[in-house]
This record gives sequence, structure tokens and C-alpha cells, in this order.
Amino acid sequence: MSARPLALTNARLVDPASGYDGPGALLVRDGLIAEVSQGAAAAPSADIEVIDCQGAMLAPGLIDLRVKTGEPGSETKETLQSAARAAAAGGVTSFVVQPDTDPVVDDPSVADFILRRARDIGQARIYPAGAVTKRLGGEQMAEIGLMREAGCVYFTDVDRPIVDSRVLMRALQYASGFGAWIAHRPADPWLTKGAAATGGEFAARLGLPASPSAAEWIGLERDLALAEITGGRLLVDQVSTGGALQALERAKKRGVAVAATASINHLSFNELDIGDYRTFAKLDPPLRAEADRQALIDGLASGLVDIVVSAHAPAPAEDKRRPFEEAAPGAVGLEILLSALLTLHHQDGLPLLDLLRAVTLAPARLIGLEAGRLTKGAPADLVVCDIGAPLQIDADKLVSRSKNSPFDGRRLQGVVRRTLVGGQTVYSAD
Amino acid sequence: MAKIPGSASDLDDLRGRIFPFPHRHFLSAADLNTAQATALLDLADGFVGLKTGDFLAGRTLMNLFFENSTRTQASFELAGKRLGADVINMSARDSSMAKGETLIDTAVTLNAMRPDLLVVRHAASGAAALLSQKVGCSVINAGDGRHEHPTQAVLDALSIRRAFGRVAGLTVAICGDVQHSRVARSNVALLNTLGANVRLVGPPTLIPSGAERWGAEVHYDMASGLAGADVVMMLRLQLERMTGALVPSAREYFRFHGLDREKFAVAAPGAKLMHPGPMNRGVEIDSDLADDPTVSLIRDQVEMGVAVRMAVLACLAARLEA
Repeated sequence: MSARPLALTNARLVDPASGYDGPGALLVRDGLIAEVSQGAAAAPSADIEVIDCQGAMLAPGLIDLRVKTGEPGSETKETLQSAARAAAAGGVTSFVVQPDTDPVVDDPSVADFILRRARDIGQARIYPAGAVTKRLGGEQMAEIGLMREAGCVYFTDVDRPIVDSRVLMRALQYASGFGAWIAHRPADPWLTKGAAATGGEFAARLGLPASPSAAEWIGLERDLALAEITGGRLLVDQVSTGGALQALERAKKRGVAVAATASINHLSFNELDIGDYRTFAKLDPPLRAEADRQALIDGLASGLVDIVVSAHAPAPAEDKRRPFEEAAPGAVGLEILLSALLTLHHQDGLPLLDLLRAVTLAPARLIGLEAGRLTKGAPADLVVCDIGAPLQIDADKLVSRSKNSPFDGRRLQGVVRRTLVGGQTVYSAD
Repeated sequence: MAKIPGSASDLDDLRGRIFPFPHRHFLSAADLNTAQATALLDLADGFVGLKTGDFLAGRTLMNLFFENSTRTQASFELAGKRLGADVINMSARDSSMAKGETLIDTAVTLNAMRPDLLVVRHAASGAAALLSQKVGCSVINAGDGRHEHPTQAVLDALSIRRAFGRVAGLTVAICGDVQHSRVARSNVALLNTLGANVRLVGPPTLIPSGAERWGAEVHYDMASGLAGADVVMMLRLQLERMTGALVPSAREYFRFHGLDREKFAVAAPGAKLMHPGPMNRGVEIDSDLADDPTVSLIRDQVEMGVAVRMAVLACLAARLEA
């Protein structure tokens, strides 16, 4: 808690909660937003610390619902601490760690371990997600109620679709009793088995084992039907194809309790970015056709896609420097998420408020956080960002312990100047 | 109990109140309308404590249990014997069912022995009804699969009525594994007939879909489900259902759906606790509460069981005569 109040002045406030995008200032006291001034603010009094934003964007800090670290179990990839540093550098102030650790977060004591470690880390607020099934085995339900009490914000078997429809149905049913969300990867498990790329001309030329993009749509239709009959809350994990988006739209029109995430990678790249077997571009789900990427951007603009995630998945060099088929999937993204989103704003004309809603207000509402908005009384988790400034990503200079990023060498637009968590500056570019 | 009935005038009084059962069989709690259910409770009340009578003299009662149940079988046996019937117990182990005979063949064989009253417990829903179509005697459903256990509902209603003086207007929360419970299905039917407000409380995986159309409110958490309830009826959770298919674990089940004093505290002042038995202590119910005589009707339920079965048997036999 800062002793002196803090004023962030001369800013362009962008707040998806109120829909305000214009000049203004914020007053922060005791870690909370004490005052929001739209338009020109009065000169602050002498006992207030002032940060002049110099016209830069001041927005709620980002909330990233899908982050993997290696802790516990594979700390060489990433620790909670190193992920929090990367988050701070990217303007991400809260993130949710995935349960596919060693041990798996399928027991309240493991969730408790993560939360206790997270308490000592000031750079970001860290929340655990719990496993849906024990050991992510897809068979026995994990202790969803007890883990929720321990602090897990949603439940997921991460990259593994639950094959047995009855297990998923019962998990959705059971979790609905607690109002908890189940995040589930839509994928037909037989069509996607062994695949390293999306089926099509390009994967065929490269000679890569591939799965049809319809595998996602087929899997999603089952998941949506189960959500519909159970009344359970389904968070579609990383929708990436046009076919799946259409299924999602139909379900939303029917009133199914469903929300969807998209990863920044699938919004930014297509299958051609695999290029000459670049394993940094090996993702799960794999990169799709350009038409799918365009459909995803349209879905984000229309609100069909609710939330954007970094899908931060650290993989050390030894897991990536392999033949494409054998290389580990995934990319780090905590530091890149905001810049890549702003690049979509500049290149594809996506409105700034809509983009920011998908990484602030929407995820905050889904997991029940007070953050993610510029509202009096909300936590002062903030990002100051020069949205027009250019930068070129150099993966070697990423803060993250693993450097696997398909953005390596990419030119983006939008540089984080400062990140604050609870009113404390946790990152400053200066 | 104020007095033990058994004098000649008591017996005459009871004899006068026995009424021919509305159906030849007693397969479902829904077979009774409000007047019949009330008359049956009145009669059963009179049978409480009766050790001997001749209402079933010369009748043969056959207990046919394809599923083990010590307490229900003993309760029917005792009811039959106290009313002077000849009682035969057949369990699945001894029967030719174990040698592959079909249920209908067994029924035809037993029917040839001319029993008057056949009490059936079977693991398959609808088994008692199937059997009843093939025999000339009265069939009493002592539990068919997940479907019904009507005498349990009557004894529960009698226990409630003796504790509160009425059933109508009371709020009864039936908690736990409703999905697999024949006790719950029979109780929802009879309690509705008697004018109680019924709630079903449990995790969504243990509440059948559409249960809100049974004539019951559905609650997924104990706090709202027990709020202001006069009677909390706990159901048994089979241990094999707690290994992750429907419920993650026993400890999670107890945390959210097991009854302890904290959860019971939101019930109405003077609320009573019931359980059809056998109990899983520490899973669906805390021992401390189950053994507290000021709130627990569990022992009354067992005692009422014998009286209710005497009344049911007597009324069914009265119809046979008619």
C-alpha cells in the first residue's frame, strides 16, 4: 500500500466498463482507484505523487485466463515468479495458471500451494484453475467444490479434450451446482490424434500429419449440446476455426451458457507462418487458414469471441529444436499480448474498446474479479501504453524464462510504458 | 407410548377401521388418494405397539427378496407374524432364480403355492409390477430398483405426523442421492398427496433431470434447500457412487451435502431429522446429529415400519376377502 495517493494525469483513459475513451486522469489511494476524472483534471495538490502519462493510453491491466508456468514440477520452463515478471512487462496484472503441472492441480492442497506462492509475488495477481478430472485422466471427477473453495477460478483439463461424453456431461452438471465454469478444448480426439498441423494444401506440401479443421467444429457441437442439456457453463478454450465459430453463434442464439476464448496467436498468424518448419509456430490447436483467422477477427469484433488469451506456454529450446512433428507445441505470450492486440487495432481496424474488453472486463466478469475496469473502488491494476509506438519483437530479450515465440522478428505497434498492480508500479519501461 | 394396545376392545376398534385397500396390490405410493392415505396412517397409528392380533390368521405371507435387506424383510416378517399370518422367507440365494429361472417363471411357480400376500424386493425398476400381473395374490412392493418403496413413504409420513401432529403444510427437504433413490420417489408422491411442501436437495449429478416437475422444488445447495425446513430427510449415498463418476469424493460430498449441525441450523426451529437407513456416518450424516434424540426420528422410523406394514397387510387381506 502506498502511503501517498498517486495521480495518473494527462492520459487517454480507455475503459470498456463505462465505454469511455478520452482524456482524463485517475487518483489512486490505498491500492484502489479513488477517483476517475474524465476530461481535464484539476491540478493535484502537493502531497500527491504524480505520474504524467503524456497522452498515453491508461487502461485496466490485462487479465489473462490461460497461462502455463512450470511450477510446480518443471521450473526450468517458467516459474510463477518469472511468469509474473513477464506479465508485468506486458501490462498483464492478473493471470490464471493452468492445472497441468506436476503434481496436477486436482486437489485443494495443490491449489493452496500455488496461492501461497502467489501471495509472495507482487508483480501480478495469480489465480489457479483446477483440473476437471483427477490427474487430467478424463475419467474421475476432481474435487471441484473443494478446489473452488480453495480459490480455483475455473476448471479445465487444459489441452486434453474429455473423450468420454458422460464424464464431461456430469462435470458440467456438477460444476453448475457451484456456478463454476468448465473450460474445454473443442476437438474430436480421433481426428486430431497425432496431428501437427491443420489439414490442407500447405500441410500436405510440407508432408506434416494433419487434422481437418472440422475436428474442432465436430468436438464443439458435442460440447455445446452437453452444455445445453445440463445447463452447465462452458468456456470454449481457444476457438480457432470458422466452422466452430458458426456453431458457437448458433448456440449463443439458443441461449446456451457458453463463452469462448481465442488466443492472440490464432488472431495474428495463419498456417503459412509455419513456413520452413518453424517450430515456434507449432501450436495446439494448430495455426489455421487465413479465412479462419479472418473469421476469428470478425468474431472478436462482433463479440462472438468473448475473451482473448495469451495461451502462454513456455517451452525450452530442447523441446522446440526438434523435427516439427516431434517439437512441443505452444508459445509464450504474456509480454506480447497487448502489443499484438494493438497491432490488430492498427492493421485490421478493430475498435480499441472492443479489443480491451476481451482482455479486461470480460475475463474479470467470468471469474468474478473486481479488477478489469476503471471504476472507483476497483483495484488500481493499470497499464500505461503508448499505443502508436513501434517495436520489433526479439525473442531473446523476452523476460520469460522460455523464449519460444512465433512473434520473434515481428514488427508490432504498441509499447507498454508502465504497469501497476494495486497502485504499485511493477514495471516501467523508462 | 401412552399405552400398549392389545385388549379385546382395542382389537375390535382396529378391526372396525380396517378398510379394503383401493387396489389388489400396493406397488406405488401414488396408488393412495388423500383420504385413503390418511385412513391408512390412522390405522397404522393404532397398530403401533400391538404385539399380537388375529387379523391375518390363516393367511400366508411370502417374503420374496431378490436383493438383501435385513431390516425391511424383518419388518414385514414381524408385521405378518404379529397379525397371525404364516410367513415364509425366500431369498434370491435359495431360489431357483440363482439357477437361471426368469422372474415370471418364479412368479408362476410361487403362485401355484397359493400365497395370499407376496412381498417383493427386486433390483430392477418395474419388477414388482411385472410380477403382480402373473400371480393371483396381493403383491406388496418392498422396493423395485430406483422406482418405488411405498411402505417406506407411509412409515415416513407416520413418523412425521406423530412428531408434528400433521403433515399438511410442513416443508420436507429430501437430501442426497435422489437420482438412485426409490425412497425419494415414493416420498415425493405421498407427501404431495398429504399436502406437504417437498424439496429435493443434492448436487445436480444426483438430482434427476425434470425433478422440478415431480411436485418438488429443486435445490443444489443445502443452505437454500434446508432454510426453514421442518423435516430434513437424508438419503443414503452408495459408497461406489463417490469415486468420481457422480461425486468427486466422500470428503467433498460431506463438505457440501453431508448433514451436520451447521447445515441443520438453518432449518426451522424444532426441525426433525430422518434417514431410511442404513446410514453412512461421516458421509451423508454426522453421527453427533444422527444420535441426538431431540432431533432424530430415525429410531421412530424403524418402529413405525412394523405398524405401517401391519396396516397395509391387513387392508390388502380385507380386500381379498371382499
